[in-house]
Amino acid sequence: MNLTAYIYLATLLFAIGALVVLLRRNTIIVFMGVELMLNACNLALITFARMHGSLDGQVYVLFVMVVAAAEVVVGLAIIMSIYRARRSASVDDANLLKL
Amino acid sequence: MSVLETSVGLALADPSAVRAVEATGTSALAWLLIALPLLGAALLLIGGRATDSFGPLLATLLSWGSFVVGALIVLQLSGLAEDERAMSVPLWDWVTAGDLSVHAGLLIDPLSMAFVLLITFVGSLIHVYSLGYMEHDPDKRRFFAYLNLFVAAMLILVLADSYLLLFVGWEGVGLASYLLIGFWNHNPAYASAANKAFVVNRIGDFALIIAMAYMLATFGGLDFATVHGSAGSASTTILTIIGLLLLLGACGKSAQFPLQSWLGDAMAGPTPVSALIHAATMVTAGVYLVVRSQAIFDLTPEARLAVAVVGAITLLYGAIVGCAKDDIKKALAASTMSQIGYMMLAAGLGPIGYAFAIFHLITHGFFKAGMFLGAGSVMHGMADRVDMRRFGGLSGMMKITWLTFMAGWLAILGVPPFAGFWSKDKIIESAFVDQGNGAWQAWVFGLVALIGAGITAFYMSRLFFMTFHGKARWEDDVDPHESPLTMTVPMIVLAVGSVALGFILSWRGTFASWLEPVTGHVEHHEPVLSVPVIMGLTLVLVIIGGAIAWLRYGRDEVPVVAPVGSFATRAARQDLFQDEFNENFLRRPGASLVAGLEVADDDVIDGGLVGGTSRGLAGVADVVRRAQNGFVRTYALTMLAGIVAILGAVWVIQ
Repeated sequence: MNLTAYIYLATLLFAIGALVVLLRRNTIIVFMGVELMLNACNLALITFARMHGSLDGQVYVLFVMVVAAAEVVVGLAIIMSIYRARRSASVDDANLLKL
Repeated sequence: MSVLETSVGLALADPSAVRAVEATGTSALAWLLIALPLLGAALLLIGGRATDSFGPLLATLLSWGSFVVGALIVLQLSGLAEDERAMSVPLWDWVTAGDLSVHAGLLIDPLSMAFVLLITFVGSLIHVYSLGYMEHDPDKRRFFAYLNLFVAAMLILVLADSYLLLFVGWEGVGLASYLLIGFWNHNPAYASAANKAFVVNRIGDFALIIAMAYMLATFGGLDFATVHGSAGSASTTILTIIGLLLLLGACGKSAQFPLQSWLGDAMAGPTPVSALIHAATMVTAGVYLVVRSQAIFDLTPEARLAVAVVGAITLLYGAIVGCAKDDIKKALAASTMSQIGYMMLAAGLGPIGYAFAIFHLITHGFFKAGMFLGAGSVMHGMADRVDMRRFGGLSGMMKITWLTFMAGWLAILGVPPFAGFWSKDKIIESAFVDQGNGAWQAWVFGLVALIGAGITAFYMSRLFFMTFHGKARWEDDVDPHESPLTMTVPMIVLAVGSVALGFILSWRGTFASWLEPVTGHVEHHEPVLSVPVIMGLTLVLVIIGGAIAWLRYGRDEVPVVAPVGSFATRAARQDLFQDEFNENFLRRPGASLVAGLEVADDDVIDGGLVGGTSRGLAGVADVVRRAQNGFVRTYALTMLAGIVAILGAVWVIQ
């Protein structure tokens, strides 16, 4: 099977993730968009590793997975506390940090 | 070039610059000279009121202690061979920074010890005198603390073995002078006189600092041995610059033209201060500096000529101003200026004059201090009045003061065999010597010195006759009386010095040969006029000056209120408009410059550059801050746009 198909898939997934982040207001959904972009990157890295016959890409993927898991913990905690404080999960409602 | 070559020979033969062995015996204790009065100053200032009762006495004793140490060291020196009379007393490593290393150390040689004896002896006598003069002053203790501080600083100045340590003493005497001129600072005029002295001295000090910077850059060191030892290797231009800067420094401290304006006002201080600091010792520091730096001045005839010119101008200036002053202390101050002008002139003549400059300095230290103490005694008896037009006929009331003052008066006139005759006549003779740089110099300097002697005779006789002779002109509420013993004894001692010191020191050339290791041996030079002619002319001029003074101020009645007088008289009364000159040509332009710079600073630097930058940044920030709106998604879009832009750029470039 042609490896470029995986690249296209990864690009597509990344674009979907980015659009989700940019367009949706619900924090959880935005967060999922972020995760989707991370995994699109993972897919691209795996594919390139396969293409070049090198393990470097796969090592990066492992790192990304670990960091993503940690990030989820922190991110969800933040979302939870914002929700508790403001009774809303909309990213546009958390807009106080500005001049 | 022959002048230059002989000068080089002299510089290399200058033993003070080359060989100074480490001191042994009494000389190793030379630090005590400084430590004793310094201890006194510290005890009296830190001890505060607790030392009120015994402080003045303690300060006097410590000053005498310093004199005893000095005398012992001189005894030891005189027992040594001539070329072994330079000794160094290393104290500690002072500054070590990279290539620069300065050691604090003392240099004991005939020149510095001559000064030490003058300072400690006259200084101690004046301490004793002050015990009487300041008896009723509530701040007596503070006064003695400052006196001790002055003695210590002056000893640092003359004993230092490097320009840097000399500068410490230089500033120390400046500080002591400032504190003592403004001792009665509850009077605003006195306080501003102290400020004036301090500020004018700063100009000279600044020049001295620059001179030291040049030395450091040229010779890589500041100690006398390094600087004087390698002076011959420096270019003449650099040496001339250093010489002129040293001269400017000397002008500040010694009240020489053009920095002479502070000395008259410095008479605001108590009279013992005027006697010690502003007549006998501190104001002669400039002469010391020039003579000490002879290795530099020997190599630069231009700077030496400048020294002589400054001396000649000041000696006439002081003499002319002295003729018109009615304030007894200010007249004496003008005379001090004039006499230091003589010393400067002698120092500017080069090797033939150094020894005479120091000789006159020593005798002047005695007779001028004696006369100042006499003036103080008169003021003491006349309820602190200083206007000579209100004196007169005091010879009967104050016999001791009158006789001691007469000794000083005859000494400064140069009447043989009094002290001034031996020293001042030598300077006049040396001024007449043609040293191969044009006979006009010999004639100009010689005639200036000669005429100066005549004017000196006039104004000093005027002062003497106005104060002690003629009709009594004092007001009814004054009751002239002789001063107590503590005051008259120092005056008597100084009067004895004024009578005999010149003869003793020049007996078989004692003093000149004592200084020879430092000033070098000089063959006798023939003046352009023969010596007896010069002596005779001087005496004739002195007698004429004295006679005119007698006719006008001894025989004729002196008006109680000063007559308006001719333009010349009024000009001299105003110090030849020195203050007006300084005000209009130096202070006003300076103040305008400062005001202009202030405006420039406020409007251009602060307002335009600094303010403009901050206002511009604030405007830009006002626009840019709108981009931060708090919406996370806007940020994400910005980031995305940025990444796309960067990737696009990379793609285009590749």
